[in-house]
Amino acid sequence: MSDSFQTQTSAASTAVEDAPLVSVRGLEVAFRTQGGTVNAVRGVDFDIFPGETVAIVGESGSGKSTTATALINLLPGNGTIAAGSIMVDGKDITRFSQRQMAAIRGGVIGYVPQDPMSNLNPVWSVGFQVEEAVRANGLATHRKDVKARAIEVLKQAGLGDAERRMQQFPHQFSGGMRQRVLIGIGLAADPKLLIADEPTSALDVTVQKTILDHLETLTREKNTAVLFITHDLGLAAERASKLIVMHRGRIVEAGASVDILTNPQHPYTQTLIAAAPSLASRRIRGMAAPGAPVLDVAALAAEHNPDHERELQEAPVTIDVKDLTKVFAIRRGSFRSEPLTAVDKISFQVRKGSTLALVGESGSGKTTAARMVLGLEPPTDGDIFVGGVNLNGLSSRGLFDLRRRMQPVFQDPYSSLDPQRSIGAAIAEPMKVHGIGDREARSARVRELLDQVSLPQSIAERYPNELSGGQRQRVAIARALALKPEVVVLDEAVSALDVLVQAQVLQLLADLQDELGLTYLFITHDLAVVRVVADEVAVMEAGRIVETGTSDQIFENAQQPYTQRLLDAIPGSGIDWGN
Amino acid sequence: MSERPMTHYVAPVGDGGPVEVDKVSLGSRRSNLWLDAWRDLRRRPLFYIALAIVAVILVASFWPSLFTSVPPNNDCMLANSNGAPEAGHPLGFTRQGCDVYSRIVWGARTSMSVGVLVVIITGAIGIPMGALAGYYGGRLDSILSRIGDVFFSVPYFLAAIVVMSVFSQYRNVVTISFAIGGFAWASLARIVRAEVLRLKGLEYVTASTALGRSKLSTLVQHVLPNSLTPVIVFLTIALGAAIVAEASLSFLGIGLGSSTMSWGNDISQAQQTIKTSPMALFWPSLALTVTVLAFIMLGELVRDALDPKARARR
Amino acid sequence: MTRYILRRLLQAIPVFLGTTFLIYFMVFAMPGDPVLAMFGDKTPNPTQLENLRAQYNLDQPFIVQYLLYLKGVFTGDLGETFSGQEVSEVLRRTFPVTLKLVLMAVVIEFLLSVVIGLVSGLREGKFVDNLNVVVALVLTSIPAFVAMFLAQYFIGIKLGWAPVTVGANATWGAMFLPALVIALTVYVTGMRLMRGSVIEARNEDYVRTAYAKGLTSRRIIPVHVARNSLIPVVTNTAASFGALIAGTTITEGIFNIPGVGNTLYQAIIRGETPTVVSFVTILTIVYVVVNILVDLLYAVLDPRIRYV
Repeated sequence: MSDSFQTQTSAASTAVEDAPLVSVRGLEVAFRTQGGTVNAVRGVDFDIFPGETVAIVGESGSGKSTTATALINLLPGNGTIAAGSIMVDGKDITRFSQRQMAAIRGGVIGYVPQDPMSNLNPVWSVGFQVEEAVRANGLATHRKDVKARAIEVLKQAGLGDAERRMQQFPHQFSGGMRQRVLIGIGLAADPKLLIADEPTSALDVTVQKTILDHLETLTREKNTAVLFITHDLGLAAERASKLIVMHRGRIVEAGASVDILTNPQHPYTQTLIAAAPSLASRRIRGMAAPGAPVLDVAALAAEHNPDHERELQEAPVTIDVKDLTKVFAIRRGSFRSEPLTAVDKISFQVRKGSTLALVGESGSGKTTAARMVLGLEPPTDGDIFVGGVNLNGLSSRGLFDLRRRMQPVFQDPYSSLDPQRSIGAAIAEPMKVHGIGDREARSARVRELLDQVSLPQSIAERYPNELSGGQRQRVAIARALALKPEVVVLDEAVSALDVLVQAQVLQLLADLQDELGLTYLFITHDLAVVRVVADEVAVMEAGRIVETGTSDQIFENAQQPYTQRLLDAIPGSGIDWGN
Repeated sequence: MSERPMTHYVAPVGDGGPVEVDKVSLGSRRSNLWLDAWRDLRRRPLFYIALAIVAVILVASFWPSLFTSVPPNNDCMLANSNGAPEAGHPLGFTRQGCDVYSRIVWGARTSMSVGVLVVIITGAIGIPMGALAGYYGGRLDSILSRIGDVFFSVPYFLAAIVVMSVFSQYRNVVTISFAIGGFAWASLARIVRAEVLRLKGLEYVTASTALGRSKLSTLVQHVLPNSLTPVIVFLTIALGAAIVAEASLSFLGIGLGSSTMSWGNDISQAQQTIKTSPMALFWPSLALTVTVLAFIMLGELVRDALDPKARARR
Repeated sequence: MTRYILRRLLQAIPVFLGTTFLIYFMVFAMPGDPVLAMFGDKTPNPTQLENLRAQYNLDQPFIVQYLLYLKGVFTGDLGETFSGQEVSEVLRRTFPVTLKLVLMAVVIEFLLSVVIGLVSGLREGKFVDNLNVVVALVLTSIPAFVAMFLAQYFIGIKLGWAPVTVGANATWGAMFLPALVIALTVYVTGMRLMRGSVIEARNEDYVRTAYAKGLTSRRIIPVHVARNSLIPVVTNTAASFGALIAGTTITEGIFNIPGVGNTLYQAIIRGETPTVVSFVTILTIVYVVVNILVDLLYAVLDPRIRYV
């Protein structure tokens, strides 16, 4: 399938002195499932040369992670390599025995997994688990040497007080620390190739940047080749010199990173780049490209409309938050408790028809703030006005009425809908609770709402488990719109979605805002998304709002160092476009 | 990094090219939790076996005379004591000379009554206790959970022994059911509480409150229906366990009065002649075991059917 | 960890008070004369009645009765049995026998749980596993007393490999059969826990990471799969220790083993309710104490609790 690619790379490799470290040809991976065999990887060819950094980019289900695990022969139990070869140092490892494979793992190919929380065994100390890696690869045999080497590994991975940390258990480490340990383990035996499978997608952006920077330094020093597996095009392009774009088990495009970003040839790659928020530069507006087959976030966002912005500046204030504070009592033992200020005197305003993004990393208090605005959590202090009504001291009847005008959309598409309710019942629920319309009127409204979120009316009788994540999220939006609210609070509403689906939902939200004059409070950790959805931005750190401003002000002229750090950490922000 | 010239490879278009993003593709078969579980159960032969056993026992407990024309108590003649099987008496006679088969058929009613009553009592106390504790949390949880802990900490068989010993004048189906269910609920309450705690954090529950439902209504409409799986499994298996508990208490002589037809009573009686006529001991034991097996099997099958992960693994 | 232990001990106080109160309440809060009610159809002689009334302080208000009774429990004054023996004296004689029996049963249970669970979990869906699942289903369905009779009849009477009943001479060997039968009726819970957590652990990310480090199955299965799976099995076995001590009534009765359970069994059969109540209380206390120890054991085994 990829004659030009193969022949030319082999031609290239004769020109340069070295042979590929890993050479994959015609790789096919099949999974046995209830419904028969599923081919997750279908004929993949690529080479990795010593010291090279390659990234495989794709959405979930593209086969990128499967390809990575096939390289170290750690496919899940029902997966097998059905065809093809994987040559490592000139030997085909698909024919290796378990014992031979164990020698390759760790020693020749190191592996850094995705989720730092689940990849360390909770019952063994961190030191034990590092020492294990040291011993397995024959780096040292005597107790003392093993320990010394393990400490060295942890120090290299950036753990300052490694000696003390050795005896601690994984749960005593933060996510970033654990990821450092895992990187240390992956690099412990100085492998020739390190596979990093979404190594930082579970971490905050600033932590992600520090860790990736560190990883880059380490691998460059030792001339280790790196294979990044990621869903984030920006991250891939920033970190790797070569990109491989996968879609449905096949490679659709491969080549130098800059080349692919600036000159994508395959329609899928073009779509992906167009949809990637981290590469976009401006706020998207609704209805910019009705019926466009390819979502182009960048192009949409580029349509700058100063009139519209002025209009928004003069619109009435819909949400007005003043000195909002929340103090939790954290239990310590049975009797004592410590106060924890989750939200510390924050104030912000959202104008009618506009979007305010409340941005922050985990623990910044943004979600607590959203919960208070929604009336799900009583504030310790401060006032929240929604459409002129103060939530403070509102009767339960008053809160009930207010909820008609303010609806939420939450993060996790897999838990946002009751699995035992049909889609139609889920969308009709708000109307039922608020006693609006009879059965027929409600089902007519459900059909109308399904149209609005571009879902077929026939799914009203279906159940959530039959829909994809993005579709469920659209149902959740339809449910939120059922009562024709003025305000929608979106708590990480697109964070769990794949890039293309995310772009689609963002476009839908923008369209609906224009059409219905909705006011959005958009809670997110993802600054890249903020760029394309928000009119105004409030940055939160440790319970406080450290900076507010219009989207343009924040992105082009951030005043606070924290905001600047967040911006710098957006994957892709550091891409050298090469022109 | 070496400056290696890199080729730009592009796959032929049409080969996994652009597609409509997130297109809705619905299978022709509807699917939801209960429908999928039912489809799974229908494919499993064991399910039919278990169901058939339960059906037979249920019919026998409502209309025992469909299965036997011999009255269980009246025609007992000591002359037949421990007699071998003969025409009309396929399983022989007990020590008192009663028909073993007839007593087993009539004993089904006792077992089923106790089983069903215990399930009702256990569910009626355990579900609300666990659900309220888990859902409302805070002080209510502390109080309800401590009460639950106390009941949980008395082994329920020992508790039943005390109750039945003390209420020696009232040894009937209702008393014995309360003696068993009055303590067994604590385990169910723990299960329900854990399940409710898990569900309470899910977004559809928060969304339900945020769109205007009251807390109690959310509990009833969204939380409880979704916590049913472990409850159904627990209660099915508890029904079997209750039948064993009744038989065990009757075996100890503090269950149901000796005039009541109970497999436990019969086993207790036959125990004394285990050496000479083991079959009189064997038949009621078999009836008891098969009944319990049917309910446990049913519980396990339903558990598997309601768990999508277990279904996928098969 | 100290904090965890202290908190757990503090939590045990209301449970301890609650359970004893509950049992006391069931018996003595009944309308009428509880002492008379205890005798049921029997006619007690006046001295017995008088002794019991004095023992349970029936002339005092209910709550005082309970407190005085608690005081008795703590000072080792557990009252007398129906036939006039000191309860504490009977316990001294019978408790070691029960302990021996249960200890043996628990060891067998643990071995069966771990070995069968591990093998079955590692071979999930294969023949051995399916066979084990079926056997387990049947074994859980056989009521304990039926299992005892089956063993007694086939192994004791038919084959003659073991004494039919144990009698006064409760040696380890004589009690092996009942211990084995107990283990067979209870090991399934632990086996399932082991099997389930082995299956789960095999698919854990950290196991895959261990393979990626270059370790082989020979190290990963004991160190990363079995070790993690052992935590629930060990605590389950320990918990069943308490449950078995409390539940030996039927076993000791059928096999005529001179332990606590048999004493209770005899008292039940003879309708000696006061004795029944005192022994049930004692067994419940043992059960509560063992459960506390189990929770502490859990903390020792799981570093996530050990180092908070």
